[in-house]
Amino acid sequence: MKLRKNIATSENGFIFNPATGDSYSGNAIAAEILSMMKNGQIAEEIKATILEKYDAEPNQLDKDWEDWMLQLKQANLLDE
Amino acid sequence: MEKLKYERPLIKKMNTGIPNKFGQKAAFEPVKYIDEVPVKQLIEKFGSPLFVLSEQRIRRNYRAAVRAFSTRYPKVQFAWSYKTNYLNAVCNIFHQEGSWAEVVSGFEYHKAINNGIPGEQIIFNGPYKDAEALNLAIENGSLIHIDHFDELYNLITLCKSHHKKPKVAVRVNMDTGVYPVWDRFGFNYENGQAWSTITKVLESGVLQLAGLHCHIGTFVLSVNAYKAAASKLCDLAMKCKSQHNHIIQYLDMGGGFPSVNTLKGYHPSGADAIPSIDEYAEVITETILNAGFEKDDLPLLILETGRALIDDAGYLLGTVVANKRLSDGRKATIVDFGVNVLFTSFWYEHKISPAQDATQHTEETVLYGPLCMNIDVLRESVNLPLLNAGDHLVVHKVGAYNMTQWMQFINLRPAVVLIDKSSNVHLIRQPETLEYLQTPELLPDYLKIVHG
Repeated sequence: MKLRKNIATSENGFIFNPATGDSYSGNAIAAEILSMMKNGQIAEEIKATILEKYDAEPNQLDKDWEDWMLQLKQANLLDE
Repeated sequence: MEKLKYERPLIKKMNTGIPNKFGQKAAFEPVKYIDEVPVKQLIEKFGSPLFVLSEQRIRRNYRAAVRAFSTRYPKVQFAWSYKTNYLNAVCNIFHQEGSWAEVVSGFEYHKAINNGIPGEQIIFNGPYKDAEALNLAIENGSLIHIDHFDELYNLITLCKSHHKKPKVAVRVNMDTGVYPVWDRFGFNYENGQAWSTITKVLESGVLQLAGLHCHIGTFVLSVNAYKAAASKLCDLAMKCKSQHNHIIQYLDMGGGFPSVNTLKGYHPSGADAIPSIDEYAEVITETILNAGFEKDDLPLLILETGRALIDDAGYLLGTVVANKRLSDGRKATIVDFGVNVLFTSFWYEHKISPAQDATQHTEETVLYGPLCMNIDVLRESVNLPLLNAGDHLVVHKVGAYNMTQWMQFINLRPAVVLIDKSSNVHLIRQPETLEYLQTPELLPDYLKIVHG
């Protein structure tokens, strides 16, 4: 679940994949998660941070994390 | 420390290139109230899904339509099209406003009678009128609109035994420039069959030819088609006078005016694409007024407008069941109402709004109903905010045909409520129950399962 090394991200959720030339925009929480992923944090650490900061149920976050991974895969942003 | 509001993480691909020329504002303005009643409260009290009708909107639509015609023509009568929505509460709103009833089956005929409508204010249309209902219509002096020769000769035979001379109209189909021509109903104008039928009715001696009727199509976006239709009916009426010295008492232009919904694959959206009811009124009344009728012979103009009077008065409230992502990356949302309840989703791109606050982030979503059937797709692609299971949705403009064409399939059909002009909520159809559905079923003794 590691982000590709060459993916460029910004604090406000802008993502650029130089390999494909595709750009993406993300919402605030997506930007925050991408930043943690870039710093090399693992899934459990990121989820713990989100649960501490946001009003989210662990089950909801688990479901959304599955969806998040699919979005990143679909966008070709993850290392195989 | 107070925690921040959570929203699921989302990324969206940024597309560059030619913008979509049909681009529309994403529909994420929440609709929390219907006629000042909170959506949340309606669902808590009556369940989800739930159909909601606005009485105020129905009456406003009706009065606007009557005004459009009666300010242009001296003799106008509307007849409520029962098949559009025959819930008794709905029919009686129209009847209170002065509308007659337009029915197309024995079942609908009995509904109109049970609603207290005098027989002579019921228009009986359609290709199949069962013998029992037809006999009743003759007895009650209803206006019987003849659809085919078999019906004409059947009617002549029945009249001889009744010793009654019912008022009838001949339904005429014609080329109005809108295709396909609805030639399966009535008698054709261009090939002379309509005139031949008129002659047979006049010569029968047992029927009173009171009117001429047409119904040229549904969701007819061409105003000129009505001009052509009115012109051809007037031509037949004038010919009745000149060749048989018979005065036609009414011209029934049927229905077919569109509502403000958006047809699938049609751009721009409904509200921007459809002519106003005033435009239809203008061409129809102008055509009749200029047809050459003598002042005393001017026929009553009957209209059977259905969908245009009620579609935007109906809402369907529902709830998100689940979200998922499809294998091609598209977002999918499952809701608790399917195509069996929202029948019009087969031909409309219904506007759908969230019923609670959301952020500005939206996602293209495939909206599925709850049925375990592949056809249960409400919208192939709709821009919606990030919804979670349990969130509520409001589907707009569902007042026409859904509460009559809906099917009990897999799930039970939901309740229908009416909000009156003082924002009081009335239950006008209870949600179905297993007991209700099983009442007509019979189980042979040998198929009964006995345990022990």
